[in-house]
Amino acid sequence: MEQSAKKVIVSLKDIFLRFDGEVILNHINLDIREKEFVTILGPSGCGKTTTLRIIGGFLEPESGDVIFDGERINSLPPNKRNVNTVFQKYSLFPHLNVYDNVAFGLKLKKLPKDEIRRKVKHMLAVVDLKGYEKRPVQKLSGGQQQRVAIARALVCDPKIILLDEPLGALDLQLRKDMQMELKEIQKSTQKTFIYVTHDQEEALTMSDRVVVMNNGVIEQIGTPEEVYNEPVNAFVADFIGEANILNGTMIDDCRIRILGKELECVDKGFGKNAPVDVVIRPEDMMLTTPEQGQLVGVVEKVTFKGVHYEMSVRCGKCELLVHSTSSAKIGETVGMRVVPFNIQIMNKLLPFYDNIIETEVISSSEDENWLEFTLEKETVRAEGHFYPAGTKLRITLPPEALSLAGDGDGDLQDVYIESVVYKGEHNEIILESDERKWLMLSDTDEQVATYVPLNFDFSKAGFEVLEAAASEG
Amino acid sequence: MKSKKLAIPYMLWMLVFTMIPLVMIGFTAFTDNSGSFSLSAFADAFQYTNVFLKSLWIALISTIICLIIAYPLAYMISQMKKSTQNTVIMLVMIPMWMNFLLRIYAWVLLLQSGGPLDTLLSAIGIHGNYNNNTVAVIVGMVYEYMPFMLLPIYTVMGKIDVGLIEAAQDLGSNKVAVFRKVIFPLSVPGIISGITMVFVPTASTFVVAQYLGGTDDIMIGDVIDKIFFANNHTGAAISLVLMVFILIFLVLMNLFGDEEAIA
Repeated sequence: MEQSAKKVIVSLKDIFLRFDGEVILNHINLDIREKEFVTILGPSGCGKTTTLRIIGGFLEPESGDVIFDGERINSLPPNKRNVNTVFQKYSLFPHLNVYDNVAFGLKLKKLPKDEIRRKVKHMLAVVDLKGYEKRPVQKLSGGQQQRVAIARALVCDPKIILLDEPLGALDLQLRKDMQMELKEIQKSTQKTFIYVTHDQEEALTMSDRVVVMNNGVIEQIGTPEEVYNEPVNAFVADFIGEANILNGTMIDDCRIRILGKELECVDKGFGKNAPVDVVIRPEDMMLTTPEQGQLVGVVEKVTFKGVHYEMSVRCGKCELLVHSTSSAKIGETVGMRVVPFNIQIMNKLLPFYDNIIETEVISSSEDENWLEFTLEKETVRAEGHFYPAGTKLRITLPPEALSLAGDGDGDLQDVYIESVVYKGEHNEIILESDERKWLMLSDTDEQVATYVPLNFDFSKAGFEVLEAAASEG
Repeated sequence: MKSKKLAIPYMLWMLVFTMIPLVMIGFTAFTDNSGSFSLSAFADAFQYTNVFLKSLWIALISTIICLIIAYPLAYMISQMKKSTQNTVIMLVMIPMWMNFLLRIYAWVLLLQSGGPLDTLLSAIGIHGNYNNNTVAVIVGMVYEYMPFMLLPIYTVMGKIDVGLIEAAQDLGSNKVAVFRKVIFPLSVPGIISGITMVFVPTASTFVVAQYLGGTDDIMIGDVIDKIFFANNHTGAAISLVLMVFILIFLVLMNLFGDEEAIA
């Protein structure tokens, strides 16, 4: 590929970082090449801004290496790095006018006055702010302040420009214009841009490569086409664009079963009868007559979106999203076809479905029919089950047995919501506690990257004795 | 319109307690005992030119010393952890809860012969009275008014966006440059209001010099205190002159402040 011919300019190797004992970046590896426009994309709290601040020099990783142009620069302060940042809130100096804001970095480099003047004038022309030199920065509009911030970073002629959600504060139309302009500026100045955003559309529009992050890890790195068309897992598929994400079973190479139907696909190497996640983009669903359809369902909702109709089709218990230029009536039975190439097969986010705990009963009561065991330093009581203290148990909790405690007092406190993926029927929620991950089903939308209390319903759990309690004589 | 109506009580207050007394002072200053127009009060007032100059001089020196002490302190406090900041500011404030006079008496006791300072220095063979001189007056002034310098500077520094400091570092500033090019210029409004809040009261204060100053160190506030009831015309004239001086000073300060903000 043409891309890989270019030299790697900055490289993050096994970066690990914690704040207050909480893992923010979990062994990140990332290579960024010269003249590349790379976007780090992810929901808030995923560690994307932290990654940027490590490259900028505002944070030092706990372990791992930051390599810039072949040199390790972990603890090099920001002022000594050949990197400049466009900050989220612009951070323009309120006591300086436009000219002095842009000239700030050049004056520190002690360049001759007329050279500074020439460079600033040129850069203001590049960002389309000719004649604004004497204006106080507070009197500028959001878009203009943004341009000043970009000019201020560019004029220092760094190797890399870091942009931390720079368009977040602008309204939609201005944001779209600025996206185009940023891409133009990046092309004409031939600089490496590292851009952080939570807006997937922005990422797809501007980037040469997209880095999708979640919960402190990189989920996927690829071109916009790759992350959209070939997401590696349900999280990426869900985060980028609209998608039908379904549970499926890989019967054999190129044979997949979803919604009780066997379909042809093009993916191989998942093994036989392996549970997988399947992605079908709504625009890849073709409406047909019920007789011709691979899948058959009833139209429940139709919304006109301008370019296409968005339809929600119920297929058994499952809801499918279909984009089509032709409309169907609500209540109408329709068929749907997908070409094999458009069925994307992915490994499950978790290697298990049922949540399994292996533990030992610490106390129990036969009369009242309960037992207690320790789970991640908390004592959990299971009502309705009795085994003598000391019994080693394997408890199988299916995803339905997990719920979020509404009263704020759960069996496990402060469990982190890592991802929420809608599977047509339920949301599949992946939770992370101190020591492990959990899979839960929910009909409500939960907020990702928040902490919640988790409850277990032991009436739905399976109990298996691994080792009986030693009798006490 | 509504906001204007709400302002009426305050306007009345200003009229009754600010404008009318001002006019009365002006009237008293420009009349004699018979009530006719006269400049004699000002002629009397100019007997105190030396006291005037000395007062302004002491106020200026005290203000500068307050600034020299308070500015680095404010900077250091603003760099501390938030909880520590509150504690330190509390410590600065606590003496202000004590009565003003009591604090001056405390300095008299500290500085007089036989006081702690004298006792301490006597141990190495230096005897003396450290009260009743200009230095003692300045020490008292600085002690009384330093918090008024510290608080506005600290407030302004605390409000400086961390993002600006990071931006300055990002553009190549080391610690010195961050201070010189960002923190200092942005803290100028705090310095201006600090100077105003210290200079104005120190120039017109009384009591401090009476207790801590020598016979030569009487200040203009003390003069007004002494003569006003005996000769309110002269007292009013001195007040008026002092006001004009302070006004000129404030205008100069504001001019300086504006220029600094633009530069």
